[in-house]
Amino acid sequence: MSPTQRNRLAEGGRIDRGQPVHFTFNGRSLQGFRGDTLASALLASGVKLVGRSFKYGRPRGIVGHGAEEPNAILQVERGARTIPNLRATQVEIYEGLEASSVAGWPSLEFDLKSIAGWFGALLPPGFYYKTFMWPARLWMTYERVIRKAAGLGTAPTESDPDSYDKLNHHCDVLVVGAGPAGLAAALAAAASGARVIIADEQQEPGGSLLSSRAAINGEACAAWLSESCARLQSSESVVVLPRSTVFGYYDHNFLAILERRSDHLAPGQATATRQRLHRVRARQVVLATGAIERPLVFANNDVPGVMLASAVSTYVNRYAVAPGHELVVFTANDGAYQCALDWNRAGRRVVAVVDVRAAANGPLPQACREAGIEIIAGHAVIDVKGGKAAKAAVIAPIDADGTSLCGPTKVLQCDLVANSGGWSPAIHLSSQTGTKPRWSDEIIGFLPGDSPQAQRSVGAVAGAYTLGACLEDGAKAGAAAALDCGCKPVEPDAPDTLESQEQAPQPLFLVPHQRSTSRAPKQFVDFQLDVTAAAIELAAREGYESVEHVKRYTALGFGTDQGKLGNINGIAILARALGQDIPSTGTTMFRPAYTPVTFGALAGRDLGELFDPERYTAMHRWHEENGAKWENVGQWKRPWYYPRPGEGLQQAVDRECLAVRNSVGLLDASTLGKIDIQGRDAAEFLTRIYTNAYMKLGVGKCRYGLMLKEDGMIFDDGVTARIDENQFLMHTTSGGAAGVLAWLESWHQAEWPELEVFFTSVTDHWATATLTGPNARKVLTKLCDDIDLSAGQFKFLEWREGSVAGIAARVYRISFTGELTYEINVPAHYGRQLWEALIAAGEEFGITPYGTETMHVLRAEKGFIIVGQDTDGSMTPFDMNMAWIVGKNKAFSFIGERSLHRSDTAREGRKQLVGLKTLDPQQVIPEGSQIVNDPNQAPPMSMQGHVTSSYYSANLGHSIALAVVKGGLSRLGERVFCPQADGSVVAADIVESVFYDPNGERQNV
Amino acid sequence: MLQIHCPYCRETRAEEEFCYAGEAHITRPPDPRGLSDEAWSAYLFLRKNPRGLHHEMWRHTAGCGRFLNATRNTVSNEMLETYAMGEQPSVPAPGEGEQR
Repeated sequence: MSPTQRNRLAEGGRIDRGQPVHFTFNGRSLQGFRGDTLASALLASGVKLVGRSFKYGRPRGIVGHGAEEPNAILQVERGARTIPNLRATQVEIYEGLEASSVAGWPSLEFDLKSIAGWFGALLPPGFYYKTFMWPARLWMTYERVIRKAAGLGTAPTESDPDSYDKLNHHCDVLVVGAGPAGLAAALAAAASGARVIIADEQQEPGGSLLSSRAAINGEACAAWLSESCARLQSSESVVVLPRSTVFGYYDHNFLAILERRSDHLAPGQATATRQRLHRVRARQVVLATGAIERPLVFANNDVPGVMLASAVSTYVNRYAVAPGHELVVFTANDGAYQCALDWNRAGRRVVAVVDVRAAANGPLPQACREAGIEIIAGHAVIDVKGGKAAKAAVIAPIDADGTSLCGPTKVLQCDLVANSGGWSPAIHLSSQTGTKPRWSDEIIGFLPGDSPQAQRSVGAVAGAYTLGACLEDGAKAGAAAALDCGCKPVEPDAPDTLESQEQAPQPLFLVPHQRSTSRAPKQFVDFQLDVTAAAIELAAREGYESVEHVKRYTALGFGTDQGKLGNINGIAILARALGQDIPSTGTTMFRPAYTPVTFGALAGRDLGELFDPERYTAMHRWHEENGAKWENVGQWKRPWYYPRPGEGLQQAVDRECLAVRNSVGLLDASTLGKIDIQGRDAAEFLTRIYTNAYMKLGVGKCRYGLMLKEDGMIFDDGVTARIDENQFLMHTTSGGAAGVLAWLESWHQAEWPELEVFFTSVTDHWATATLTGPNARKVLTKLCDDIDLSAGQFKFLEWREGSVAGIAARVYRISFTGELTYEINVPAHYGRQLWEALIAAGEEFGITPYGTETMHVLRAEKGFIIVGQDTDGSMTPFDMNMAWIVGKNKAFSFIGERSLHRSDTAREGRKQLVGLKTLDPQQVIPEGSQIVNDPNQAPPMSMQGHVTSSYYSANLGHSIALAVVKGGLSRLGERVFCPQADGSVVAADIVESVFYDPNGERQNV
Repeated sequence: MLQIHCPYCRETRAEEEFCYAGEAHITRPPDPRGLSDEAWSAYLFLRKNPRGLHHEMWRHTAGCGRFLNATRNTVSNEMLETYAMGEQPSVPAPGEGEQR
């Protein structure tokens, strides 16, 4: 045995003494054995102080041995692999592991809060609401200091080097928990032929059996355990998941499991992903989640050296660690006597068992008496002496109902106080299904309620606290669950256990002190968030009655442990303070996750370029090779602008804009949404959906359309071409394509199934090059000899089929720039060939590829709106000055029409689209600027509208802006002002929204 | 995460294949122009928000793409039935006539 492990027992435990493991804690080198958790190894080395408390900075030690641990919350590893807020009781040690306390500032041994004592005084219950109400601007400072001082751990700042993954499963029976009940359930279900998954948070199955000295079938339970595990492991229909916490129970029997696959290995040794998220859909669920021992609430019950009785037994039996020398056991039930027996067997001294009950005559107390252990019945530990370590327990006689003391105190010297107030079933997962837990006076705890889901709770979570009952109920539940999945019936095994009747426990949720609760030394209910019994009573006195409100006011159960130890005591103390019983007080809502889950596991592989698909057009590579900067439009990557050497955004855009207006430009418009619409009633359907009519649109012609939601607000726009009598091609905005398709489908399927019409997304089928500018026809003529391109034969708003650069093409004469424009569509695979042919043919005209920024400037010069930029879901066609597109005489009341005549949409003074021209022609108003009439008006100012689009126009030599202004169309020529965040004000005049070629002459050539 | 039976695909699939599509059995008034503002706004804006059974539409977006109806208990999220567009529910919500 290593000399540094001074609390390690000479023999026993499920540890491998042949494999010493070195690790550090707060920089100190320590040693444990393979099989140890951080907690057991720290206790073996004699470390008592592991953290400082949240509010008061009090020294804290290890309390529990599993998920319930509130104090030993550590930061593990450094740098990119670090994880905060891990429970030392659930971290397996490996060679080289580095752990440190998350709490304690400036250091663990010297905590500013506890020395000065000022910090806790600032933090009474409800401190968020009471203390920091003034002044609001200091709140951020307070919060920063509180967070630092409270020690909530640190998140890694570097990118995570490990990989994580996800796995979807379907199974017949998911068993949660591999203690005796869960194992029995899994064995029975597997024997029926069911496909079984059994998940357990510990490194090996067994649960309480791992630290138990009980016998099954006349042998040590370890023998039954290893045989059962072997049977499950060898069954092909069973998946055994160790180190796997079922943390969430969602609708329709969907459960999420976090498997820690290589967290227990040193970095570099891992061959698997670090963690895996299992997403399981189970036909039946068996919850065997066990129970969590409930601490007793007494003065200074947080001093290091006060532990749960079951934790002390676990450290002794499973890890061969005795975390002290002189033990006082304080209990309200028979079970904790096992702790005294285990301690005695380990060769350490039991000072006494202090039992609040008037007499203790069950088999375990009898066994203690036979072993010579003193039992002090009718007494309670009311206080613990000691600062960073327990030195003594103060006991006093207590009356039969546990509410007051009835005699003088006595001091028992000791360095360890094991305590047990009973057990609380781990109903968390069951409660996540939405069921209300029900209180049981018999077991003194909440039991799972009736769940709407296909699930059963067995073993300790269902209130069965004997090994025999767990094995028997588990086997029955497993067989029944399998039967419900249609598997064959089996007669479950019934292993023999030796058990005798225990004496009834006594409910005790707050141990009285000589002084009143508010004046007694602190009696902790929630260790992690420093919530005391006095704080809960204060909340009740201040008028809080709902347990949910008290939770938020005191922070009870708000920690990363979600109050696994403290909640029931807290509810009971509240109930008594309110003069009501526990069932009518109820529990707070249980929500996932049961224990914290890393973002890594939730993200899995959905990172970086796999986070969201990126869509590229057929010409993408060309853009890349020619230095395009990118803009994200939905999932599309679109060229934003093509800077030449030395150019910034503005210079490049100026050059591109001038080139289009003076010669010819080329835009990749492939991303525009394209929906092929076919069927006998296609024209009728379009007429119902769009504000204008399509029945009489001739084959070979195109029409711009505006789509409204039924509330009259603009939803999408685009040009639709009639390909054939019963076929149309609809263009949508690049970002809106999927939404428009869903919209069309919903009206067809849900409202007008009698119309014969079919919709197909063809966005990806076509590559589109927009050739625009006064020289566009000259360029296209060089590449196209089978379409008559003359102005008289191929007019604006027509389309033709032919070939361009030898590729079959559809050419549309539609324009978003206001120039002579051909939108050339070819099958997507020919996109780059078409593009390069156009570039080559246009070279003599200085053809200029341009991106979305230039497209935006050019369309704004023309006053063309962009849906979603100049509209925001509250704009009608009239607001956009587009009355011309709203059909007045359509037979069918198109979608949104009726809403255009509602009182609100028809009223005067709505915001309307206008242009703004700044007094300083070079000044570009920031988009989103608010518009006011009087910049000197005292706040709150009368808001008149806002700027929706704003650019510098190289063609016009001044800035241009589109804006929506209340009653704007009747305010042309008026001056308005745009106050800026820096205090400056931009003055502008309201003008028409069309800045360039108002009569549209340039596109009709 | 719910499991939803698609009446067209005849398969029970995970919720992530579907999109919620609002209350079912709302019929667009045949003559919107003849309606008062109140009647039109009732069609446009007023929706049930029951605690209990609700008839609603879903779309099998990542499957067949078709809309379907469902009867769901909004408290327990139990899906009592799904049925094709144009069909009526076999489980009436409270306050609804059996014949609807």
